[in-house]
Amino acid sequence: MYAFELHHAKSVADASAALSRTGGKALAGGQSLVAAMKLRLAQPGHLVDLSGIPELKGIRREGDHLVIGAMTRHADVVSSEAVKGAIPALAALAEGIGDRQVRNMGTIGGSIANNDPAADWPAAVLGLGATVVTSKRKIAADEFFKGMFETALAEGEIITAVSFPVPKKAAYAKFPNPASRFALVGVFVAQTGAGTRVAVTGAASSVFRSKAHEDALAKDWSAAAAKAVRTPDANLNSDLHGTAAYRAHLVSVMASRAVGATH
Amino acid sequence: MGANEEGVIGKAVRRKEDARFLTGTGQYTDDVNQPNQTQAFFLRSPHAHAKIRGIDTAKAKASPGVVAVYTGADLEGVNGLPCGWLIHSTDGTPMKEPPHPVLAKGKVRYVGDHVALVIAETLAQAKDAAELIEVDYEVLPSVVNPIDALKPGAPQIHDEAPGNKCYTWALGDKAAVDAAFSKAAHVTRLDLVNNRLIPNAIEPRAAVASYSRADDAYTLYTTSQNPHVERLLMTAFVLGLPEHKVRVIAPDVGGGFGSKIYLYAEETAMVWAAKRVNRPIKWACERSESFLSDAHGRDHVTRAELALDKDGKFLALRVHTVAAMGAYLSTFASCIPTILYATLLAGQYTTPAIYAEVTAAFTNTAPVDAYRGAGRPEATYVVERIVHQAAAETGIAQDELRRRNFIRTFPYQTPVALLYDTGGYDACLDEANRMADVKGFAARKAESAKHGKLRGLGYASYIEACGLAPSNIAGALGARAGLFEAGEVRVHPTGSVTVFTGSHSHGQGHETTFAQVVAGRLGIPVENVDVVHGDTGRVVFGMGTYGSRSLAVGGTAIVKAVDKVIDKGKKIAAHLLEAAETDIEFRDGKFTVAGTDRSKAFGEVALAAYVPHNYPLDRLEPGLNETAFYDPTNFTFPAGTHVCEVEIDPDTGVVKVVQFCACDDFGNIINPMIVEGQVHGGVAQGLGQAMLENCVYDPKSGQLLTGTYMDYAMPRADDLPSFKVGTKVTPCTHNPLGAKGCGEAGAIGAPAAFMNAVMDALAAVGVKHFDMPATPHRVWAAIQSAKHA
Repeated sequence: MYAFELHHAKSVADASAALSRTGGKALAGGQSLVAAMKLRLAQPGHLVDLSGIPELKGIRREGDHLVIGAMTRHADVVSSEAVKGAIPALAALAEGIGDRQVRNMGTIGGSIANNDPAADWPAAVLGLGATVVTSKRKIAADEFFKGMFETALAEGEIITAVSFPVPKKAAYAKFPNPASRFALVGVFVAQTGAGTRVAVTGAASSVFRSKAHEDALAKDWSAAAAKAVRTPDANLNSDLHGTAAYRAHLVSVMASRAVGATH
Repeated sequence: MGANEEGVIGKAVRRKEDARFLTGTGQYTDDVNQPNQTQAFFLRSPHAHAKIRGIDTAKAKASPGVVAVYTGADLEGVNGLPCGWLIHSTDGTPMKEPPHPVLAKGKVRYVGDHVALVIAETLAQAKDAAELIEVDYEVLPSVVNPIDALKPGAPQIHDEAPGNKCYTWALGDKAAVDAAFSKAAHVTRLDLVNNRLIPNAIEPRAAVASYSRADDAYTLYTTSQNPHVERLLMTAFVLGLPEHKVRVIAPDVGGGFGSKIYLYAEETAMVWAAKRVNRPIKWACERSESFLSDAHGRDHVTRAELALDKDGKFLALRVHTVAAMGAYLSTFASCIPTILYATLLAGQYTTPAIYAEVTAAFTNTAPVDAYRGAGRPEATYVVERIVHQAAAETGIAQDELRRRNFIRTFPYQTPVALLYDTGGYDACLDEANRMADVKGFAARKAESAKHGKLRGLGYASYIEACGLAPSNIAGALGARAGLFEAGEVRVHPTGSVTVFTGSHSHGQGHETTFAQVVAGRLGIPVENVDVVHGDTGRVVFGMGTYGSRSLAVGGTAIVKAVDKVIDKGKKIAAHLLEAAETDIEFRDGKFTVAGTDRSKAFGEVALAAYVPHNYPLDRLEPGLNETAFYDPTNFTFPAGTHVCEVEIDPDTGVVKVVQFCACDDFGNIINPMIVEGQVHGGVAQGLGQAMLENCVYDPKSGQLLTGTYMDYAMPRADDLPSFKVGTKVTPCTHNPLGAKGCGEAGAIGAPAAFMNAVMDALAAVGVKHFDMPATPHRVWAAIQSAKHA
């Protein structure tokens, strides 16, 4: 790790100011960033720690939405009664992230800001059509994820919360990479007020919606219908852990399992 | 054998060492800190194969906090790292032994090869300085696969090894095998890859080297399984230092699995540098470095052929193997795919003719050497996979085909050099069948099928040669060292005992098992016996811990020393009891005049030895401290049958191990709890190889693609079931403990048992074979290609 300067922000405004002043990076849970820094793969000169900002924490129900503060730790989502009552699929998803240590440190805001192609949270945010609330604006999920490790966030823009519409039904099924336990393929399915949504993580360079599955499930919300869909493998990842063809196959298998798990 | 011995031996005594491990008070190499200590960092090659046109260290030397920067050019007069085993090719020529420089000279040959040693006040300063070293590389084509390395036109890694060939070695009667094949009723053929593994001990390697001007002596703390061997190789072969001026201490060590047997470049360079900088130097390997630079395991490509008669009797086995050595010969690299591999190809079977030919190839990868099992898992995998395949082809039940070929008469001379002293293969197979409820398997398979799952059952009836080794035999086979063990039993005046053993414990529990051996034999409480290991300054000598040898060889050396103590004690007791020495019996911790109730307790005799007021000083030295060296007369042959049951989800390719049963014959058992732990650990490691682990280098760039846990899959608790473990006992006939060794059995039996179960399950969908690891993707792909075949 290279030397860096650490700033403890007390408010979102304070953090924004520090980021624009130093050109540094925001530190959320640090579960990706700190590991990269330890390997000397990232060398920010300044880190702005968001963990001391009260308004970024907490989970609350706002009408037909569930709002999760950006600095809420995965472990807090797992144990939240509000989450379990409104969207139990989110609690289940959070429980499948990393290990206990990662869940105790990692945050929802950090995860989606990083937009790792194999992360779990992007599937839920896109699958539910959530809104990403930032220090500057509100961004629809469909506009937020731009590509591998790329988002719509501008320099110095800080995610403050994610607002999830409470769906009729939702579930997430993840096929873990045997080594990393990140999603080799993870599929989030939901019946929302805005229609049937299916988001896929792990399979491609960034989370994406599977239109074919959405159409099939809109007609017939069943595991069999999801499984019958053939996903094209043209843009999917191929690596040590699975070919594009395998990932394409798993998208339908996981979609069907997710549908089977909804209730 | 007295009552106390019966009371202690065979008991699940809680591990004495666990108190410090569980309370965080273990003392590992990285816990060692010395005054004025510096920090080392090794600059490693980013290329798999490159010429070094020049190295400019000027900026690095001027970097803040830097104490010294050394490259290969600085190590004048320092020899290369040696290989401890000389193999001869079939044409009589010795194996090719290209130089293995401590720091690269002129060329780098794998990603992670050592280019420079940077010593600084802090680790961060050392790393910063390393980034300032300018190395002018001319990148060369590389080759990482041993088959590719042997092809004409492959990149030439060493000038000394044309065609990248280290040796072609053979064992067995080729003509007899050819003749047997010509009259076989059935021949089974199988091409197998034994996947390359990265050891991943929980504690990465580390070292603290220091030099004392006061006595011109060096001290090295390091993560070693065999500190005396490390010292011998380093002083006599590489650095040219007087052996008595170097003390090597291997304190608590967090696992080795073979990877800490070897003399590595890092600690060697540090000892050399410690005198030059005249300050202690510390290095702790980071996990990423560990992936790159620890000696890897396995990496065999094999074609095997088994000839059977019409009744399923094995007539002959023919095996051709290409084994990767990596870029350089590590300490024992050359003997693993030969002496510890081909000699095991008889397995538990009476196969009368066996021929094995092994070609060892240099590749642009980390060196390959012994890894838990070392040659024997590879042999078991070949034998047990082809036996499974033969059973499938002939329609003979898996267990029945094994039974038809079991060796039942001992001693048994195999056609591949080994002489099995004893064994009871039917007993282990029968017990494993019982434990696994094989009778109920058909019903379970039907139940799985109802849920769309494929269930399979696989066996591995393995054998291993442990208790390395009779030195004369090893020497005849090319060993450049002896393979005995040393033990010292120091009885203190009050009758408590300190045992010094040349075996090293890095998780095995020697401090408990050896204490039980001594306490049992002397009739004293286990608490009164402490075991010291891992320090050349305290232990007389030692060949160390590998090859499941500690109890059979190291334990026997201790027993011999204890027996000397008892013999001397009898002389002392005879004097004290005014009886003839021949009338003294030692039993239950007491020296007794036979047929009387006159006796002296062990403690009284010990006290008399150290306070010799009433003592036969004219005939006997005071004191009670005995040393013994033990050289075994044969290998030991642990054996057993493992039965694995899997259930496969054809939709995803996920293989679930639903049951794993191991029935092993380790000879006599001192501590069943420790043995069970060793089997559990070994099976987990073996299943890790078969299900998950795979070291992959990029064939084009030679970069290590599985260089972190993001891509190298280690087994986790939830990947595995709770294992069922049982034992049968045929005591080893040639050591006084009757012990054979248990440390590697799990890793030897499990891969074949698991893969056989997978193939049994997938037979229904037309899959015959694919290579380890059976990851979900590979299983799914195998099912798809069988569908489209």
